[in-house]
Amino acid sequence: MIGTAESGHPGGSLSAADIIAVLYFSVLRHRPDDPWWSERDRFVLSKGHGAPVLYAALARSGYFPSAQLATLRKMGSPLQGHPEYGKLPGVEASTGSLGQGISLGAGMALAGRLDRKPYRVYVLIGDGEANEGQVWEAAAFSAHFKLDRLTVILDCNRQQLDGWTREILDIEPLVDKWEAFGWRVLDINGHDLEQILSALNATENSDGKPTLILARTTKGKGVSFMENNIEFHGMAPTAEQTAAALREL
Amino acid sequence: MMAPRKKELGAATRDAYGQALVEIGAADPRVVALDADLSKSTKSGPFAKKFPERFFNCGIAEANMVSAAAGLATCGKIPFVHSFASFLMCKAFDQIRMSIANPHLNVKLIGSHGGISLGEDGASQQSVEDFALACALPGVSVLAPSDAVSCRALVHLAARHVGPVYLRTGRPKAPVIYSESERFDWGVAKRIVPGRDVTIMANGLLVWEALMAAETCAKRGISVAVMDVHTLKPLDVSAIVAAASETAAIITAEEHLLSGGLGSRVAQVVGEHCPVPVLSVGIRDTYAESGSPEALFEKYGLTAQHIVSTVEAILKQKRTSSIA
Repeated sequence: MIGTAESGHPGGSLSAADIIAVLYFSVLRHRPDDPWWSERDRFVLSKGHGAPVLYAALARSGYFPSAQLATLRKMGSPLQGHPEYGKLPGVEASTGSLGQGISLGAGMALAGRLDRKPYRVYVLIGDGEANEGQVWEAAAFSAHFKLDRLTVILDCNRQQLDGWTREILDIEPLVDKWEAFGWRVLDINGHDLEQILSALNATENSDGKPTLILARTTKGKGVSFMENNIEFHGMAPTAEQTAAALREL
Repeated sequence: MMAPRKKELGAATRDAYGQALVEIGAADPRVVALDADLSKSTKSGPFAKKFPERFFNCGIAEANMVSAAAGLATCGKIPFVHSFASFLMCKAFDQIRMSIANPHLNVKLIGSHGGISLGEDGASQQSVEDFALACALPGVSVLAPSDAVSCRALVHLAARHVGPVYLRTGRPKAPVIYSESERFDWGVAKRIVPGRDVTIMANGLLVWEALMAAETCAKRGISVAVMDVHTLKPLDVSAIVAAASETAAIITAEEHLLSGGLGSRVAQVVGEHCPVPVLSVGIRDTYAESGSPEALFEKYGLTAQHIVSTVEAILKQKRTSSIA
């Protein structure tokens, strides 16, 4: 998709691919033929630059024909460079300006509580994104309001646009920080499908605390020449690279 | 000639707002309210007291509050979001942009303590750029009530409108302009006083100043119309064009910077549809300071007397251009 679009963010899409696959195909209660079903679980891709992997999961789920994936980033396509609410069924929020997703998810979880609806809300954020102050406002807010139907998955691929997260703005220790904010924290390998599934299922029995799944991931996962290669944060592969990548995946 | 109006202070627009929100909350269970630790000041407090399960105090964290309101709106709630105008629009502008305006969600943003008339707290709390910011956002409606009656009516209209709205309320008691029975329509400006020579288009507290200015002008034989343009967006283009063609001179008056608010917006409409002279009364590219509202209005050029001087200036322009 990104190869065809000739722009996009392959690295952060691939680091989140396993998480999103497990979420969409084994966890979320949703109805692709009834996208606005009021009791659906909600998923907010707060790291909006991971749009391609979200779109792939939505297409595979049946929200729209897979052929439409080739229109990513093209004029007139509902597959905007970053997800936009109202343009594509299954997209729950307009994201891409980093930091807003947990707050959006918290609002959805509050509404579910008011309406006594049992749905859960999942939000995927990046570790670079956790630089944003709003992430920590939302962390305090969600714990204060005991939003135990809210699960945030932090795709910790250790890199952001300008380099290693540790060197740009070190945000570790993440486990301690989230626990201090009143969250239940599960520290997992974000490419181990069983660990992802059991962590997402473990959130079912919460206790007044929102859950943070700290998913340790590899940027560009699955494509040898993209793994941990910061060049592929926001650069599309060439045609030859795309072919090579698809052979590996 | 009309009888002079007697200045009678009514409730502050923020107090009228607080009552209206309770009425709206009682009528519609989808209504929820969020505040950033200012509910005593913004007057979301009465709603919080009446409907505690539908009120969320978000603490002093405006960005999170605005995006959380958006999340509530995607689930069918109608959130009313409160803070001081300056903090809501300036601190949470990007959240309003991407969480609310871009997806065109049904969220009502209520900025209290608008303008400089909150007075003594000074420039950090005053709001001189909120309308410019709000009007810049595609699809966001922007309202500026002038007294308690219009505020209550406009809040009810905002609640019925499906889509994002920004509404500014004020801290001080507001002079009474309308009788309780006055009716308001969405996006329809109100011509309060007819006139032949100049039309003053004002909103907020400047509507009262405009009315006083019109009385002074009448004594000098100048016939001045006064229009309350309580809705900056969508702007009542036909009323503005009609006034421009009838009086061939327009003055705008607002408690806001001259850039990006009523003056800019009216000038654009007049320039496009019916070019006649437009002069603007407002704050000139500066922040204000601590002081009483009256002293600040005097220093920053927002009194009836400033409007009268501007009427004289525009009449001079009008005469010059008609000679030419």
